[in-house]
Amino acid sequence: MRLHEYQAKDVFADAGVPTPPSALATTVDEAVEHAEEIGYPVAVKAQVHVGGRGKAGGIKLVENAEEAREAADAILGMDLKGYHVDKVLVEGAVDFKNELYVGITMDRGEGKPVAMVSTQGGVNIEEVAAENPEAIAREHIDPAFGMHPYQARKAVYDAGVPKAVARDVASVLTTLYDLWENNDASDAEINPLMITEDDEVIAADAVLNVDDDALFRHPDLAEMEDEAAEDALEAKANEYGFDYVRLDGNVGIIGNGAGLVMTTLDLVDYYGGKPANFLDIGGGAKAERVVNALDMVFSDDNVDAVVFNIFGGITRGDEVAKGINEALGQFDEIPKPVVVRLAGTNAEEGREILNDELVTVEETLEGAVQRTVEYAEDEQ
Amino acid sequence: MSILVDEDTRVVVQGITGGEGKFHTEQMIEYGTNVVAGTSPGKGGQEVAGVPVYDTVEEAVEAEDADASVVFVPPAFAADAIFEALDTDLDLVVAITEGIPTQDMAKVNKRLDEVDTRLQGPNCPGIITPGESKLGILPGNIFSEGNVGLVSRSGTLTYQVVDSLTQRGIGQTTAIGIGGDPIIGTSFIDALELFENDPDTDAVVMCGEIGGEDEEEAAAYIAEHMDTPVAGFIAGRTAPPGKRMGHAGAIVSGSGTGTAASKIDALNDAGVPVGDTPEEVADDVEDLL
Repeated sequence: MRLHEYQAKDVFADAGVPTPPSALATTVDEAVEHAEEIGYPVAVKAQVHVGGRGKAGGIKLVENAEEAREAADAILGMDLKGYHVDKVLVEGAVDFKNELYVGITMDRGEGKPVAMVSTQGGVNIEEVAAENPEAIAREHIDPAFGMHPYQARKAVYDAGVPKAVARDVASVLTTLYDLWENNDASDAEINPLMITEDDEVIAADAVLNVDDDALFRHPDLAEMEDEAAEDALEAKANEYGFDYVRLDGNVGIIGNGAGLVMTTLDLVDYYGGKPANFLDIGGGAKAERVVNALDMVFSDDNVDAVVFNIFGGITRGDEVAKGINEALGQFDEIPKPVVVRLAGTNAEEGREILNDELVTVEETLEGAVQRTVEYAEDEQ
Repeated sequence: MSILVDEDTRVVVQGITGGEGKFHTEQMIEYGTNVVAGTSPGKGGQEVAGVPVYDTVEEAVEAEDADASVVFVPPAFAADAIFEALDTDLDLVVAITEGIPTQDMAKVNKRLDEVDTRLQGPNCPGIITPGESKLGILPGNIFSEGNVGLVSRSGTLTYQVVDSLTQRGIGQTTAIGIGGDPIIGTSFIDALELFENDPDTDAVVMCGEIGGEDEEEAAAYIAEHMDTPVAGFIAGRTAPPGKRMGHAGAIVSGSGTGTAASKIDALNDAGVPVGDTPEEVADDVEDLL
């Protein structure tokens, strides 16, 4: 789960990371009011889950009330890379001489957390990592002990952070690690961490992504989830408990197991179609889950045909077939053609149970995908 | 021959009194797995499916001389269950549980460096040596005895590929699901090394997916250390960057690492054919044999 910048900043500030004065606004008047209180110059920043907000026009620096009004008016309600902006963070602008990057993430290759520091802050750190990897100092951390203070100092020295602020930056890094651990984060980043003319360090941005699998022990963070920030269908999938990703094609895909669903997407592409979604209904296939899955895919207007691919392991094919019949029986009219492929345990019995008037039955995965792609083309 | 498990493997089921644990214990016993004990704190002295239940793994291992455990404990308590198993002298711990917090697994991973026990998973379907033993949730009926080893990050994709092989009369020595999480105990390389050293495995199928660099590292290992031929498959060619495709580990990062293309190229460079479809993988295996 991704926190918004203003939410992450609250967490960071509570942990002791220096942040600029800021306030959240949902209306233009509110934004101007906050700007007046904070004092100019201020930055007006769109609160949406997209990278590169500045370049896309989602961050504006303003010098007076008139400019603040103009900026808030332009940003509130705008569509930023497909996301609707309904809140802005109004924040005191920092006069800086350097911009650093500090971050903590899980290095999956090593199976350990890694702290990263770079003097090339303020830009996309993934580009720095790709083009100039030595510009990022890395220090792996033993998750059983946490970050030793010397490790923070070492990373800061290795990165070439100016001596005058090294101690303060190391302190921010240690704090960042602690909050990363305490909040079960997958990533905690400050980019940029600004150094002012007076050698103060201030976090001008804050990224905190929390491990979805650990949210059960952080109810406070779970409550911060902003469902309005999600795609409507993805929010619905959350409610149903499905793993769902919306894509831009017209072939709806439902299956069980992440690897097999990904493979079904790949095959749709291989046979010339375009996947509309990834939808993993997981183990078992009770009628209710089948109904919900079909409801999800049918409510995507882009979908022209649906492939339902279930490999019955422990789940038996005849049970799945009954679920599909029951699910489709609830529709007066099947809105889009559905192709079903059942394999594995009791697949044959399942195929016999399926109602040919409601669905097209195919025996092989390849056959089912090709048939669905044809249907999708015909519907267009 | 086989790798890691056979008909003599004595198995403890951790979390045997839960719904999943009980159901799959029955399924495992029906398949022929030698399930000798179960554990569930506070439920010692009971029996599940005719199997004695103990309060702790240590008691179970000592009383029943067990070699391996299967973990069906819910995610909030699963890391603790794995630590408990690693503190005994079991050879193998198979963690089926999906959804264990990644930071918990980082701590487990650290512990693995200090013990001799092997962890497989988590978030995996388990391991099966057809005709002998299965630990986990794999559907036994689609597997058949033979000479092809299989290692995969995904459950149902494994079944799909195994089904294609079995229908062509190609059986398996052992199939191992290593799990779809970012931090796992047994890697592709670990499994490939075991198959390379198994005289009865004549070819290996490796099913990877997007995310991380394990497949690339495995490709380098195959090129340098393996005589046994390998056929590959990579799921997630059409996955967009930044979106988690079900598995916590299946994500292409914004900087473009972990892509299917990079994995397929690495495998091809190592002389491994990578099928476009699961049926093509079966074709490749036929050619390799």
